[in-house]
Amino acid sequence: MIRHPLLAAALTIAAASPALANKIFVSNEKGNTISVIDSDTWEVLAEFPAGNRPRGITISPDGTRVYVCASDDDLVRVFDAETYEEVGTLPSGPDPELFVLAESGNPLYIANEDDNLVTVTDTEAERILAEVPVGVEPEGMAISPDGAFVVNTSETTNMAHFISTEDYEIKHNVLVDQRPRYAQYTEDGSRLYVSSEIGGTVSVMDIAPDGTPELVDKITFEVPGVQPEWLQPVGVKVTRDGSRVFVALGPANRVAVIDGETLEVIDYIIVGQRVWQLAFTPEQDYLITTNGNSNDVTVIDVAAEKAIRSIEVGQQPWGVVVQPDPSDQPDSAEAG
Amino acid sequence: MAGEGRALVPCRRGAPEREDCLAQITRAAIAVLVCLWVGPAAAQEVRAAVLRVDYPTLAPISRFDAVPEDLAFAGAALADEDNGTTGAFLGQTYETRTVAVPPGEADAALDRLIAEGIDLFVVLAERDDLLRLAERAGEAALVFNARAPDVDLRDGACRGNLLHVAPSTAMLADAVVQFAAWKQWRRLYLVHGSNPPDRALADAYRRAAAKFGLEIVGEREFEDTGGSRRTDSGTTQVQRQLPVDLQDAPEHDVVLAADASDVFAPYLPFHQWTPRAVMGSAGLRPVAFNPALEAWGATQFQRRFEALTSRYVREGDYLTWLALRVVGEAVTRTGSADPGALREYMLSDAFEIAAFKGQPLTFRDWNGQMRQSILLYDGRITVSTSPQEGFLHQVSPLDTMGLDRPESDCTAFQ
Repeated sequence: MIRHPLLAAALTIAAASPALANKIFVSNEKGNTISVIDSDTWEVLAEFPAGNRPRGITISPDGTRVYVCASDDDLVRVFDAETYEEVGTLPSGPDPELFVLAESGNPLYIANEDDNLVTVTDTEAERILAEVPVGVEPEGMAISPDGAFVVNTSETTNMAHFISTEDYEIKHNVLVDQRPRYAQYTEDGSRLYVSSEIGGTVSVMDIAPDGTPELVDKITFEVPGVQPEWLQPVGVKVTRDGSRVFVALGPANRVAVIDGETLEVIDYIIVGQRVWQLAFTPEQDYLITTNGNSNDVTVIDVAAEKAIRSIEVGQQPWGVVVQPDPSDQPDSAEAG
Repeated sequence: MAGEGRALVPCRRGAPEREDCLAQITRAAIAVLVCLWVGPAAAQEVRAAVLRVDYPTLAPISRFDAVPEDLAFAGAALADEDNGTTGAFLGQTYETRTVAVPPGEADAALDRLIAEGIDLFVVLAERDDLLRLAERAGEAALVFNARAPDVDLRDGACRGNLLHVAPSTAMLADAVVQFAAWKQWRRLYLVHGSNPPDRALADAYRRAAAKFGLEIVGEREFEDTGGSRRTDSGTTQVQRQLPVDLQDAPEHDVVLAADASDVFAPYLPFHQWTPRAVMGSAGLRPVAFNPALEAWGATQFQRRFEALTSRYVREGDYLTWLALRVVGEAVTRTGSADPGALREYMLSDAFEIAAFKGQPLTFRDWNGQMRQSILLYDGRITVSTSPQEGFLHQVSPLDTMGLDRPESDCTAFQ
């Protein structure tokens, strides 16, 4: 007897289409491990070692290779998504923190936090193609859907740098609020969201067809009973149709839900402690949040805009990526 | 336009490409120059100076506290690097002169810097010297206090051209006493030194206790007799004498040590009659920053600083870095290097700066004090951060620490 209607539905669908179960990979910064979760049963399948201080995490378009920024090893470690064996490393430049993979799966654009660089690494030839000097403490990385621009945010310079993927030159710099952590394009590339952790805002930029950004708005947050200082936006994800923007609010332990049209905050979903990064499951049914201080992830039902469960992972979870369906193209923005 | 000068430097690893790489770096450098040359934003040079006054002092009780020769200057070097990286995108360059002088030569040193055209100063000096230097620098200059904790500099003796990145004694004492209140350690025993700075610190603890409703159940003055400090016999004396000196203390939950002169406090934690936690000048110390801090991205700051200097950061380095980052941030946002324009922006609602303390730092626009959280540090880890949970204020929780607006006699900012 299956009493829970949701579970019954899930099982029915699972039976019809086994591909729906995807692996969720979570990097545990302090635990030096990756936790693997099944997106169907929400069971933790494994926890495997991933080098020193794993933070940014992403996956190849075919879902077979997991890339991890092993920050204190100064390289990117590559793991087999089935066996969890390390299959190689990629040169990344020092202290890689966060990266974004080109839609084709090559190259990898890496933010080197200690050295004010963005490193471009060929994932097949396993060598560095270019190093682009950017502002102080580069962190957030995003790639435009047409692949023409990589955006990097520098946390102490407080800029979003727009790097052309053709010649690796910076074409635009946009000043945003204090400590920009994350950048995220909409699926159609017409808009870019940049979160500012200490500024407490999300900058909204309209992107012209040639990729030129224009700062048009800043989203602010307010939760009764929570000191404004603790509303610290970090991870940002946008639904495919652009109608909803989810923003992780760090020590406020909430994910803000924003209307993509009006840019108004609709709701705040309570999740685990110090929520930083977010990732959708491939159909965008669920949003996974990493909660660094409660050592768990929260699963949000995207349609219902409700947290449905939390899953214990390793020590201080930082980044998260979800394996694409076998036929899927990757969501390039899933980088940890 | 500003960004177009930053070019690719495709430094492929390996010998054959090295020449190629160098050539491209050169081209990139030329591109930067050309861009700045023709660009609408003409190159802007931001020149500042760090003036450190070195006082004759005895060796510290702990050799870990020995002052490095490049104290504060190292922070300035990192700030120049950080500001310069940002400035490269905006056509701004940063250069900070660093000068260390004995007290008697401070005025002349300041005059020379002024003659060089510098009007932005970070000063590390004691109260009287700082006040005199700020007045000497004149209203057209902007001076940052990165050392003196004296409350009256934020009160009746405040100056309009003097901003304080250093926390005041009142902020530090409030940070400690808030923690005691949070812990429900309500009975405080105050042990203070006999020198004026020690007594000022003791006053700050008395005020803090009254402010947060805790009781100072007893006090003891530890007289500075110019003792033998850390010699072998001195340690023996301390172990025998200190507990005896403290044996008649009334029942207390925690000891507050007010020893600005570094005479006795480090000995207190393990040499009391009644074993109690010690806070203040030893044990759990209130600091603006510490080299163990990893939260709020501080790891990155620590690593950049250590790579540059091969040592751990000190408060004087952090505060100097902070003052110059405040300048850099204001230059970035205003496009001006004029002290008056920078000051106006820094004191405005628009100003805020991230400085690895988990929340934006701003200035109190009524006395020029930077609002900032205070770290409670035991010498190895950041044990807690004040303001403590539940201490609220109508402006900012940070204003629960230090002199508040209604208490202040500062009129220079009106």
